[in-house]
Amino acid sequence: MSGSLGPVLAILGVLVVIWYAGAVALNAQRVLDGYESEETTDWTWRDLVADTLSMERPILPAPHQVLIELDKTVLDVAPTSRRSLVYHGWVTLSSALVGFVFGTLLGIVLAVGIVHVPTLERALMPWIIASQTIPILAIAPMIIVVLGSLGLVGLLPKAIISAYLCFFPVTIGMVKGLTSPDRIQLDLIRTYSASETQVFWKLRWPASVAFLFASLKVAIALAVVGAIVGELPTGAAAGLGARLLSGSYYGQTVQIWAALVVASVMAGLAVLAVDLAECATARHMGGQL
Amino acid sequence: MTKLASVPEPGLAARAAAPVVEIDHLNLVFNAADAPVQALTDVNLAIGKGEFVSFIGPSGCGKTTLLRVVADLERATGGTVKVNGVSPEEARLARAYGYVFQAAALYPWRSVQRNITLPLEIMGMDRAEREARAARVLDLVNLSAFARKFPWQLSGGMQQRVSIARALSFDPALLLMDEPFGALDEIIRDHLNEELLRLWRRTQKTVLFVTHSIPEAVFLSTRIVVMSARPGRIVDVIDADLPADRTLEIRESAEFAAIAHRVRAGLRAGHSYDEG
Repeated sequence: MSGSLGPVLAILGVLVVIWYAGAVALNAQRVLDGYESEETTDWTWRDLVADTLSMERPILPAPHQVLIELDKTVLDVAPTSRRSLVYHGWVTLSSALVGFVFGTLLGIVLAVGIVHVPTLERALMPWIIASQTIPILAIAPMIIVVLGSLGLVGLLPKAIISAYLCFFPVTIGMVKGLTSPDRIQLDLIRTYSASETQVFWKLRWPASVAFLFASLKVAIALAVVGAIVGELPTGAAAGLGARLLSGSYYGQTVQIWAALVVASVMAGLAVLAVDLAECATARHMGGQL
Repeated sequence: MTKLASVPEPGLAARAAAPVVEIDHLNLVFNAADAPVQALTDVNLAIGKGEFVSFIGPSGCGKTTLLRVVADLERATGGTVKVNGVSPEEARLARAYGYVFQAAALYPWRSVQRNITLPLEIMGMDRAEREARAARVLDLVNLSAFARKFPWQLSGGMQQRVSIARALSFDPALLLMDEPFGALDEIIRDHLNEELLRLWRRTQKTVLFVTHSIPEAVFLSTRIVVMSARPGRIVDVIDADLPADRTLEIRESAEFAAIAHRVRAGLRAGHSYDEG
């Protein structure tokens, strides 16, 4: 683990340098326009760089500005406050997790059906694929509006959008996983005259676990995206999506970037949690997942 | 071209009395995409209780297919096969046989012990009974110390021994073995052959054993069925009556050489027929 720390830090350093350079390059024109309108002529390069990195509404905020914003909105306020990104993060995460659970269950049920009923593959697959070719940004507002008219607001509609994104990788992965046992493994269990249920639980299901976890990692990241997208069309009052929206209304780019950082850290931690679950399962299953 | 043996002789009285496996005018055609493939042609054979019968022949002679028909993993397209007096399907549903495949076919997510208890779980045995039986068969194949290991931690030879233990775990009277030692090196193979022979003598099971090794067939068998390819058929059935308490040294003896010679002759006859 310690051996991999060097390259990780090196990449992080490179990214930070690129970010700073980008901030200077993108913000410079505005600063120069400011100098011109104020008729400041005695500016130096040093002033220019310092000013591009300390604008109130920069096109691209500098990393330290985002960190200061994070310090203000994560550490300085109570996590229950509406000004806290922890609060907004939890609003988003809770619906993402509910959607993830539903999407995963739906994905597994579909895969089991497709594997066991040959006609279902031809009947369902085109719809499953079609569902994912529609941009989520186009369909999310409709889901929110339709469910809103049915009286469903808050967490559930967002969770449904998450589930809509989640089920797909799970279905695809699990169809592959449940059909992964090879001929000899199937022949073996056939010689014991096992029932279809026994074949499922003793062979197909354990053989698909590695595929399931690969799918879950994709699904959990998509669930976070789905929850954020679900918060955009209604102008939800809380959640990271709401923060992004209000940030863009008022040109608060620092606020947007802080929300983005929280969203990506959150998704990263969620993927890490799936990773840990995978490791624990792999240990239980002989460490050869 | 002289046909060496069209119909196998009835042989021992016990064999004729109550055959464990009875194959009568068996034909099997695979419907391949381009043209149908005649895998087995007019196979006739009766195997009595307690026999060790080897099937030997070139690749593609249908020896594995024949074993799979007996196991109800393939269906005959003509003739009849009876296992314990019933159809292969009924015999399979009654769990009449243990099958050992060319590869160990262990489930990688199960420990050695739980691989062995897999058939017992499926048959609904309780936990204490399962574990007792696993311990017994692991002892039989000298792998007691490896019960908690996982398949990837075992060598190929050990994995194959686990798969034999698994087949023995529910104590079937009939063992079907499809080139179980084919992928192993000569030394391990010799060792496992001795172990298998000892096991067979102790348990008195009926064994159908597919191999492409002449010494292996002669060393292990009470009867050797020589097959030839395209279409797969029996060219000779050879009685091997080596003493029961034989060891590997018997391979240097004259009677061993005589049987091996007859097997080789049968294989050659089948081969020349093949080339027309």
